[in-house]
Amino acid sequence: MQEIEHHYDEMNIICERPAALLDTRMHYCPGCGHGVAHRILMEAVEELGIQEQTIGVAPVGCSVFAYHYMNVDMQEAAHGRATAVATGIKRCYPDKYVFTYQGDGDLAAIGTGETVHTVNRGENVLIVFINNAIYGMTGGQMAPTTLVSQKTSTTPYGREVPFMGNPLKITELLAQLPGAFYVTRQAVNTPANVRKAKKALLNGLKWQALKKGTCFVEIVSNCPTNWGMKPVESNKWLEENMLPYYPLGDMKVPSKEELENG
Amino acid sequence: MGELRLMKGNEALAEAAIRAGMDAYFGYPITPQSEVLEYLTREAYNRTGCTILQAESEVASINMVYGAAGAGARVMTSSSSPGISLMQEGISYIAGAELPCLLVNINRGGPGLGTIQPSQGDYFQSVKGGGHGDYRLIVLAPATVQEMADFVQEGWELADKYRNPVLILADGALGQMMEKVELRKQVDRNAHTSPEWATTGKTKDRDRNIITSLFIKPEEMEQVNLQLQAKYRKIEEAETRVQEINTEDADFIIVAYGLSARIGRKVMEQLRVAGIKVGLIRPITLWPYPYEAVSRAADHVKGFLSLELNAGQMVEDVRLAVNGRCPVGHYGRMGGIIPSPEEVVDVIKTMYSKL
Ligand SMILES: Cc1ncc(C[n+]2csc(CCOP(=O)(O)OP(=O)(O)O)c2C)c(N)n1
Repeated sequence: MQEIEHHYDEMNIICERPAALLDTRMHYCPGCGHGVAHRILMEAVEELGIQEQTIGVAPVGCSVFAYHYMNVDMQEAAHGRATAVATGIKRCYPDKYVFTYQGDGDLAAIGTGETVHTVNRGENVLIVFINNAIYGMTGGQMAPTTLVSQKTSTTPYGREVPFMGNPLKITELLAQLPGAFYVTRQAVNTPANVRKAKKALLNGLKWQALKKGTCFVEIVSNCPTNWGMKPVESNKWLEENMLPYYPLGDMKVPSKEELENG
Repeated sequence: MGELRLMKGNEALAEAAIRAGMDAYFGYPITPQSEVLEYLTREAYNRTGCTILQAESEVASINMVYGAAGAGARVMTSSSSPGISLMQEGISYIAGAELPCLLVNINRGGPGLGTIQPSQGDYFQSVKGGGHGDYRLIVLAPATVQEMADFVQEGWELADKYRNPVLILADGALGQMMEKVELRKQVDRNAHTSPEWATTGKTKDRDRNIITSLFIKPEEMEQVNLQLQAKYRKIEEAETRVQEINTEDADFIIVAYGLSARIGRKVMEQLRVAGIKVGLIRPITLWPYPYEAVSRAADHVKGFLSLELNAGQMVEDVRLAVNGRCPVGHYGRMGGIIPSPEEVVDVIKTMYSKL
């Protein structure tokens, strides 16, 4: 990985890179939300002091190299199979912290079956779901989460429901399942949202120790490159188009008793 | 002497897995091997505390195996032909990431949904790939219920030694038939510790462990492939296993594995009584294939018959070994039909009379 030269005055440091995130240059496009999501996930790992007990599962998609950035043990999974891989790990090491990190193509298309059944079994893992409404890595094809009328390389005239079906609200669907312990939708388009998303990831990891079911954190994110927009423009588009269809907030939260009688 | 029991092949295999110190089994029901999952859910957890999980599909099972193997567990799955087809994606990833695990295919008749009766139609899929990419499985072919049990522990030992998936390839009859089996002693599960490369949580004294089969730079990918191939050559040298019966004085050789080898043995005995000196070569490892043994025999026999429950798959390997030195025939029945020794005797007599 590339060495990074740092130019800063130590006196002025107000926020440091979490030790659980490696000091390497990321391959993500300028303005992409994956980098932010990586960072807050690893900040959560660090703050909980669980780096040595954490095993991550990386997806197929733009974040296929997540293990180049996250300083924890990780396994690369086949497209869509991350939650099955996580199940295999967690069943053998019930006291470790296991998370998957997956895009919408990974989790909500090819991996729908594995996702639904993992949550339905209530596997005690954290599933981090990055919804950018498109297949990033393969060059901007339609995802199950692609919005109606949204143009992609395989919906060149915009997604039309009679031909391509509806955008899939997989998170709402999963929230119905009894195995889900905590289900929430967050975003990384503004600093305030980033802070809330981080809090959700902290909870999602921490509550694994209670062994009461699956924690599922959707993070609505952007894809400036494949949306054909500048980063700032893409965050605006996200807010105006994605958030009305994918509203932010908790869909299932554990009760006080559930949290207290850990 | 170990404990003697009368058991079904599938149950002997499951019992052997418990005794070999299995940490985890992930599977999905399919005839004719569902007894493996049934036996394990009944027996395993109570006795050793190991993980037994019925997954939602074969696709999920094999990926659970991948996760557990990557985390250093002694792990197994089993299925039958259509289920194994579904697992091929995961098997390729497991081979690519060099993870040790045990796979079991109790082969039934196909293609497609086929029949639940015994078959050897998955030979190509097992020994020539099945999934994508240049990889090999170590393939063990039991012919008795005893071997169904023995190959479990031996399979895991081979898997660990080479960091490679091992496949036990048997057919529905071997899974279902009952025979006497001598069981080994229980291995302490704790005796099997996680290897240093496994993802068990990154401690301060080591770099993070990554399990992956992704090597995006072509030069790197080629290196990985070359290393894999070098490993496969080593396995070929050290682990080829074959049983040879009456081959020294033979004029004619039957090559057969698994259930077919049991029929082949009967055929050999009947033909010897009829005055034709027949020998039997039984490959125990289907990969690595015992080319050597077949080739040695080709120097002094008049012909070969590859006896299989398929349309002719292993016969290609026999022909490779014989390399044109004498005729190589194939006889097989399909769709779950098992040939009688008498019909094979007639086939060989006809073939032999023309040599
Ligand atoms: C079995 C299989 N089919 C297809 C692909 C090709 N592929 C790689 S990434 C991807 C889409 C990923 O999109 P998403 O999960 O939304 O993640 P993003 O790239 O947007 O972060 C596809 C289709 C693959 N790797 N494996």
